[in-house]
Amino acid sequence: MSRFSDVGNDLYTGKRSVPVVALRRRFYGVSLVLLVVAALGLAVQGLNLGLEFRGGSEFRVATTSAPADYEQVARDAVGAAEDERGVNVTLVGNGTVRVQTERLDDTASQDVRQSLAKAFGVSEQDVSGTFIGPSWGASVSQQALRALIIFLIGVVVMLSIYFRNWKMAAAALVALVHDLAITVGIYALTGFEITPATMIGFLTVLGYSLYDTVVVFDKVRENTAQAFGSGRMTYAQAANLAVNQTMVRSINTTVIGLLPIAAVLVVGSIFLGPGVLLDLSLVLFVGILVGAYSSIFIATPILVTLRRTDDAVVELGKRAARHQAKVARVPAGTTPGATADADGDPVPVGAPGAGQREEGSTLTGRAVHQYARSGPRNQPKRPPRAKR
Amino acid sequence: MAAVPPKTLARRALIALTVLVVALGGVLAGSIVWSDGQATPKLGLDLKGGTQIILEPRGKAGQTVSAAQLNQARDIIVQRVDSNGVSGAEVTTQGDRNIVVSIPEIPTQAVRDAISKSSQMQFRPVLAVASGVPQPAPSASPSASPSAAASGSATPSASPSAVSSASPAPTSTSNSAVNEALTAASPTPSPTASPSASPSAAASPAPSAKPSGSTAAPNGPTDLAWITPEVQQRFTALNCADPGALDTIEDDPAKPLVTCGVDDGAKYILGPVVVSGDHISDASAGYQTNQQGVPTSRVEIALSFDAEGTKQYADISRTMVALPSPQNQLAATLDSRVIVAPQFNEAIPNGRASITGNFTIESARALADQLKFGALPLSFEEQSSVDISPTLGSEQLRYGLVAGLIGLLLVVGYSLVQYRVLGFVTIASIVVAALLTYLTITVLGWAQNYRLDMAGVTGLIVAIGFTADSFIVYFERVRDELRDGRSLASAVQTAWGRAKRTILIADGVNFLAAIVLYLLASSSVRGFAFTLGLTTLIDILIVFWFTHPVLTLLTRLPFFRDGHPWSGLDPRRLGVTTTRYAGRGRFTSAPPAVREPEGSRA
Repeated sequence: MSRFSDVGNDLYTGKRSVPVVALRRRFYGVSLVLLVVAALGLAVQGLNLGLEFRGGSEFRVATTSAPADYEQVARDAVGAAEDERGVNVTLVGNGTVRVQTERLDDTASQDVRQSLAKAFGVSEQDVSGTFIGPSWGASVSQQALRALIIFLIGVVVMLSIYFRNWKMAAAALVALVHDLAITVGIYALTGFEITPATMIGFLTVLGYSLYDTVVVFDKVRENTAQAFGSGRMTYAQAANLAVNQTMVRSINTTVIGLLPIAAVLVVGSIFLGPGVLLDLSLVLFVGILVGAYSSIFIATPILVTLRRTDDAVVELGKRAARHQAKVARVPAGTTPGATADADGDPVPVGAPGAGQREEGSTLTGRAVHQYARSGPRNQPKRPPRAKR
Repeated sequence: MAAVPPKTLARRALIALTVLVVALGGVLAGSIVWSDGQATPKLGLDLKGGTQIILEPRGKAGQTVSAAQLNQARDIIVQRVDSNGVSGAEVTTQGDRNIVVSIPEIPTQAVRDAISKSSQMQFRPVLAVASGVPQPAPSASPSASPSAAASGSATPSASPSAVSSASPAPTSTSNSAVNEALTAASPTPSPTASPSASPSAAASPAPSAKPSGSTAAPNGPTDLAWITPEVQQRFTALNCADPGALDTIEDDPAKPLVTCGVDDGAKYILGPVVVSGDHISDASAGYQTNQQGVPTSRVEIALSFDAEGTKQYADISRTMVALPSPQNQLAATLDSRVIVAPQFNEAIPNGRASITGNFTIESARALADQLKFGALPLSFEEQSSVDISPTLGSEQLRYGLVAGLIGLLLVVGYSLVQYRVLGFVTIASIVVAALLTYLTITVLGWAQNYRLDMAGVTGLIVAIGFTADSFIVYFERVRDELRDGRSLASAVQTAWGRAKRTILIADGVNFLAAIVLYLLASSSVRGFAFTLGLTTLIDILIVFWFTHPVLTLLTRLPFFRDGHPWSGLDPRRLGVTTTRYAGRGRFTSAPPAVREPEGSRA
């Protein structure tokens, strides 16, 4: 823990720093590869659409413990009620047998229920049946799509007002679309089943991804506002620092968000089998992971890229370069390690640390006593109580 | 230092929160003691077991229906569910195209069929009317307005009391509908001595039926010959007070129909269909105007027909206006039940009828709506139907709760590792949030009939993470401010000022997502959106009224103020390396730092 908090401290002061912004082309490349893979997966494999989208009937028999030959028993039971059909029997959890058939009419459904109950020796109460009409899935997807569009518009408006900068909203949105695409790609590649609950999960993931991005951007805005005021850091540096400063929070958030979801996922997959609970938690799990990645490595770099040519940002870059050159000339140079900034200029990574130290001196470079710097008032020096 | 305001504010916030919790608890306790509230949240079908059927109403040519028609369709379904004796069912519209029927049991096939059959309005001539129950309840009849209704412009004489006074039967003021029916029967050749008091009307039409019914085939839809002995027998046996009475009704347009009125407590024998309801072009309710065009206080329902309907209506009105009551009544049936049966006062050649009677403007409007939308033949397509066995439902709930508990423990463990004693603030906040959520959901279950379903439970579990996150944002901020060299008290206040905004915008995004989902998503995940939105609101409340105040007060304890290594807010651990003035003449000394020489550099 102490080591973790050390890392946190170093990330905060800038002593240690992940050059997220400087290496942005690399992250773009990684994401591009991921996106291409996702697109390929989608094109080649397609999505495994659930019963809700195909239409059909599903029965679940809750037994105390399913017999080993549950599949044959179920097939016989269904076959007894109906002729051969596209019957799909799976065991979910410990004692629940799921039987999916093509669409049955009401009377046939009742027959199948009865014969399943008889075959597995349970009361009819323990057999649940689901029937989905073929147009249901289409209407659900349509609703989800509409919800998505309205949500995106709402978010852009909200963020543009909050950040008073449309480029931030745009960058957040790019990260969002990135998350969505990769999540869909993962679903295509793994062949996880997509149900209406999954679609809603996608939408929630978008909310979560934004939430994450917003927290980072809030810090970016604060740092860059400071940088615009003091002219000591370029926009890219200030943004990079913000990402690093919020990194501990991002990690903590992701872990804490994932823990309960992981619990649901494990419990759900062991005991319950496919259902709203599992579908939702699976998509949230995947989405939150991707969302955490994009909020750190994609959103802020894109913001920097977008604002690269803004007049104010270019101007700030020049001011910061002048200032940093001046700092570098001071013999007590405070560069714990140097890296290249986004544009390749060598700058001290510990810029904020430098900034903090700068507080120790006046503009003319005269040192101010350390006690005068930190406390709210300049008190006369007194020995600590313990030493009196 | 400005110690008093934050402290006072913190106390105030905590008091406000306590008041809120106590108030919610009070409402809940009150609902249990004085009303039908319960101490646990109401559960949805998927947890309790039952059936959910999602229907999509469609118009004639498969076209979708408008919002107003959807509401009308829902009313139709409600009536069907009620008349099938299904208890505890809920019928709601969902989005702009679906109707969700939730039944807390697994219904029989007959009930399912009855619920989703097509709806069709028809006009049939009345052949006989009687009280719907064997023993007319005194309270049943004041609502008998439909049967007393009359068409045509001037109908002062149509009042039911006038008719009933002519009746030889023992009159009681309360059952005018029955009396009218009796009068109707009397013009027939055989003046049967009506069996005085008892089961009344049923007996009297019988003799009238026999002479004609056995001899010749019925001639025209108004012919009493339609009342065959078999029809008569069904009519006699029909008890409209029994909710399942019409379960087995066969509605063939070419045959007579024995049925009940929707709410007038009467039963009818109706002739074959003379005008189909889809010929109605409009129906509206309003106050009748007199010859001078001045509105009177008399409520009327104006009805108009399309070209073919006009012709049919003109024909039937010409025939029927000459007939004795009740054969001059034309009943409008929806779902085979009579919604109104006005009598003709004159022939109506132009397809513009006016129904007047004992309406209030509200009842007239409702009736006009029924006529207008009922005119639209709706078919109901089953979109999805889910039967959940109670066993499976309770199992889902149990494992859902287990998962939630594990998730909670994991979060608790992680925050203790990360934030040490400060982690307890997180835990306490989550506990208070859970308490508030529980109270809110339970109270909503009582007040708004909100039901917690599986998706809702998932939402609650997921929300643990979201809620914990706002504390992380806040605590990390406090640490940042400590790293900047502030004292703890000022770090908490400064961090709060900044974290507040972040938490608000982040929760705002979450809330937006929840609202969009709730309004637009399908019902299976609505519960998720609801609990997500609810917990987001509660999260904001908790951060403002609990976490921040508690932290403000805690930081005044020496344990935190002096940065105990286990407090999670130890400046040394956070890399604060200079000696700082910590207020009240004290300093927090730190190990000699690398910066020290530089700081004192001249």
